[in-house]
Amino acid sequence: MQRLSMVRLIYCFFAMAFAGLCVASTGYAQFSGGAISPSSAFSIPDAQLIQVDALRPLLRSGGAGMPLVLQVGSHVMFAQAHIAGALYAGPGSQAGGLQLLESKVSMVPKGKPIVLYCGCCPWNHCPNVGPAYKKLRDLGFTNVKVLYLANNFGDDWVSKGYSVEQGN
Amino acid sequence: MSAGARKALVHRRAPEFVRSDLAGATIDLRRYRGKVVLLNFWATWCAPCQVEMPRFAEWQRRYAGDGLQVIAISMDDDVAPVRQFARDGQFDFPVVMGDENLGTLYGGILGLPITYLIARDGKVTARFAGETDLHGLEQRILELLAEH
Repeated sequence: MQRLSMVRLIYCFFAMAFAGLCVASTGYAQFSGGAISPSSAFSIPDAQLIQVDALRPLLRSGGAGMPLVLQVGSHVMFAQAHIAGALYAGPGSQAGGLQLLESKVSMVPKGKPIVLYCGCCPWNHCPNVGPAYKKLRDLGFTNVKVLYLANNFGDDWVSKGYSVEQGN
Repeated sequence: MSAGARKALVHRRAPEFVRSDLAGATIDLRRYRGKVVLLNFWATWCAPCQVEMPRFAEWQRRYAGDGLQVIAISMDDDVAPVRQFARDGQFDFPVVMGDENLGTLYGGILGLPITYLIARDGKVTARFAGETDLHGLEQRILELLAEH
């Protein structure tokens, strides 16, 4: 019995030591991961993302609830195809693009629903939507969402046959 | 502009184009018949492209003698960053400024990067989109280079 208790004690010690290592490593990861860059798409809160299937009915609805859709990526890509009714207001990764964005919304009421999108490349690499979202928030816009395109505009919108326009 | 339009390019003759590269040289795709062409659509702001381009430069140097020709089509809106990027990368292949017309010709370049492999007979053999397995891409290139 005494030997069993000793075995249990030793087992508990190592179990606690192992658990402690797990917590420590997790904590280290949390502290060493660093803050998310404001230029990253991941800087946009999840609650401000809108999925393709949620945006499409809004675009069909018309009326006051219809959002202003702004493409904040490459103009070359915008000209090839963009969400029907969207305006070009980019690129969000450049100062000139943010100035264009600001000019596009200069007369827009601060509470107007706005949806930004890019789709230039995979979401986790997009350099445009993060800065563009931040810009609008800094300007005082309170109803801004960003269209989540995991892969790119071609795969996640155009290939599915959703409504697009071409040209400037 | 649909997925079908893009897939339709594979196994068909690559759409022809004539453009000038950054150095002002005329780049006529038809003149590369007989070579294996890696036609890459990219941009300076595209992170996966930044990973690929140095590899493409390395392949150009390594396989040029076997018949590989890389042609890079930039989908940047402005040429200045492209010139800088090409200069920094010391690319030994043509860099051409793309536009919506060239993009549409190739099925719509609506996400980057996109690479088309064109065989010696001028036919598109494969399309790679997004973050690509570069080892796999290199193997496909070697297979095409081995075909005469």
